[in-house]
Amino acid sequence: MLEIKNLHARIEEDGTEILRGLNLTVKAGEVAAIMGPNGSGKSTLSYVLSGKEDYEVTEGSITYAGEDLLELDVSERAAAGVFLAFQYPVEIPGVPTMTFLKEAMNSQRKERGEGELSTPDFIKRVREEAKKLEIDFNMLKRPVNVGFSGGEKKRAEILQMSLLEPKLCVLDETDSGLDIDALKVVADGVNHLRSPDRAVIVITHYQRLLDYIVPDTVHVLSKGKIVKSGDKTLALELEEKGYSEIIEQAA
Amino acid sequence: MVAVQETIDTVKTLDIDQYKYGFSTDIESDKAPKGLSEEVIRFISAKKDEPQWMLDWRLEAYERWKTMIEPDWARVAYDKIDYNDIYYYAAPKDWSDAPKSLDEVDPELLATYEKLGIPLREQEILAGVRKPSDEAEEEGEDDNIYKSGRVAVDAVFDSVSVVTTFKEELAKAGVIFCSISEAIREHPELIQKYLASVVPVSDNYFATLNCAVFTDGSFVYVPEGVRCPMELSTYFRINEMNTGQFERTLIIAEKGSYVSYLEGCTAPQRDENQLHAAVVELVAMEDAEIKYSTVQNWYPGDSQGKGGIYNFVTKRGDCRGDNSKISWTQVETGSAVTWKYPSCILRGDGSRGEFYSIAVSNGMQQIDSGTKMLHLGKNTTSRIISKGISAGRSQNTYRGQVNVARRASDARNFTQCDSLLIGDRCGAHTVPYIEAKSPSAQLEHEATTSKISDDQLFYCLQRGIPEEEAIALIVNGFVKEVIQELPMEFAVEAQKLIGISLEGSVG
Repeated sequence: MLEIKNLHARIEEDGTEILRGLNLTVKAGEVAAIMGPNGSGKSTLSYVLSGKEDYEVTEGSITYAGEDLLELDVSERAAAGVFLAFQYPVEIPGVPTMTFLKEAMNSQRKERGEGELSTPDFIKRVREEAKKLEIDFNMLKRPVNVGFSGGEKKRAEILQMSLLEPKLCVLDETDSGLDIDALKVVADGVNHLRSPDRAVIVITHYQRLLDYIVPDTVHVLSKGKIVKSGDKTLALELEEKGYSEIIEQAA
Repeated sequence: MVAVQETIDTVKTLDIDQYKYGFSTDIESDKAPKGLSEEVIRFISAKKDEPQWMLDWRLEAYERWKTMIEPDWARVAYDKIDYNDIYYYAAPKDWSDAPKSLDEVDPELLATYEKLGIPLREQEILAGVRKPSDEAEEEGEDDNIYKSGRVAVDAVFDSVSVVTTFKEELAKAGVIFCSISEAIREHPELIQKYLASVVPVSDNYFATLNCAVFTDGSFVYVPEGVRCPMELSTYFRINEMNTGQFERTLIIAEKGSYVSYLEGCTAPQRDENQLHAAVVELVAMEDAEIKYSTVQNWYPGDSQGKGGIYNFVTKRGDCRGDNSKISWTQVETGSAVTWKYPSCILRGDGSRGEFYSIAVSNGMQQIDSGTKMLHLGKNTTSRIISKGISAGRSQNTYRGQVNVARRASDARNFTQCDSLLIGDRCGAHTVPYIEAKSPSAQLEHEATTSKISDDQLFYCLQRGIPEEEAIALIVNGFVKEVIQELPMEFAVEAQKLIGISLEGSVG
């Protein structure tokens, strides 16, 4: 599904190199956890995957579903099935969440050459998914993320993810700012989306989220490189020993 | 947070030469001699078949105007206007023999209005010729848009009113809706009582000029207790070259009545600047309500700032009776230079004034607009919501004044001014004046300035929404509060107009 080879990326504005030869393969149906200390390049990886303009890829390749992902712009990647659940979902005042969802779904359908959803079909879909995530339908009449609590924002991200049905889901620290109940709801939402033709990358600091979203593989990111990979037990080992010890061992 | 590089690049090569209404109508016209003089004023007055008192009033205003100086306090810059290089009167030829019905109107003129999307034939309007737009269909809740769809129109072409529709039907309800020229002839008692009773002859330079040379405009009189059965609107069109348009509108709502009125304006694309100096006066008696909406789309000039309309307008409403209400809603997308402050005098106790504004500037446009709320009566309230959107190299200023007089106890005002910048070469300015002489006044002022941030754009793009649509979505969210105040029939059009005005401001 996704193959990243020797990826080097830097911040366009000041040229600081963040990713320094990152290699990662994620297969369809796999849930891969990326763990690492602050400043290791976790968020940068999510932005480079989604195509944010502030980052420049200087070397290496990203192959997604057999295609060169770097050739596509942000919205084309979205239509091709790449979804990023934001660490800090952005507020858009005055735009009702429902309007935003419909615009997003129909834009992607249009890009893929499919017809627009009818309003009743759209509303039905949203109602179903919102119910699963325990989202009050009234919340969706409010402007996108404006005045949402931390938990509401993250749930709204997962709602968007379920509606857009991406092939590659990147969750950037989705657990930050969530209490334990909200964490469970969000994790349930993600687990519902696990399927043989979908890959999920879970970026997180803490093992806690991985108790609920059990990963197939765990990768440790340090200074812009994957320094160690393993199965779910690696996450437990990290929790026990801390990043510095594991990273030292790997070096 | 800055706009994306691509946006900035596009703005640099910005071209706003896509004004949809830039065509001109080739119609022979009858003009007053160029320039301003007593003779020209006599000429206009004679053309309009005016009574002597009207001519005297005009001449007096002209004498006054000659002693005045053009104001320069607004944040706009433009070449000095040569008042002797303007035609003050232009009418389609042979207008002395004015058409009695639509069938007699020059087909060329009718075609012009058709092209502008203004239905003048009552039967067509009744038959629902106007089609609901795609947007209206999309939003399930807006289903009733255009179903009622009946709007009476007064169409003003250069200096004359071409036609006023639905006059008979309105007369049945007791409502007078006609051109101001006709009102001067047919209803002199109302004109003498109310004209310049809100905006005095010597109010300001442009208003005084208007008094001397105004050529046409609309007159509305809604008698006591009548709720005007349909929307009224005036459509202003400047066609002739080097011609100024000096419109004069007067709306009177008697005790307990209600009227909603909309004005629209366009002009051909011309290289020279043209002057539009209008005066609009509203009078609301006890318990009456006037809702006045404007969709202003005068030609804004080209991307280099060449040509375009100078829009110097004085609009004022007088809440003369207790518990009366006047509400101004404006969507300003056109004109090279705008100087306009629709205001409310809250004279009656418990009266209410509202001002909702969207001002969009692009290219080299300059807007200095806002409102004045003068609280004179007790328990008066006012509400100001202003949304400025600047793109290109334009300058957009909100200038407002909230004034509470000593006897206006318990007056309340809420002001919110939001500015949105697209690109990094435009400017947004907010200049609020607040003066309270009553200790019980409650005044609130909120102001924000924001840019369409990279983060917002990236968020939309990541969800698969293309950039142009993403900008439209964010801008529409920004102006939503004001769009909601427009009559349903025009809300969709206003939204579209904003989209068109900002076309080319993003990649």
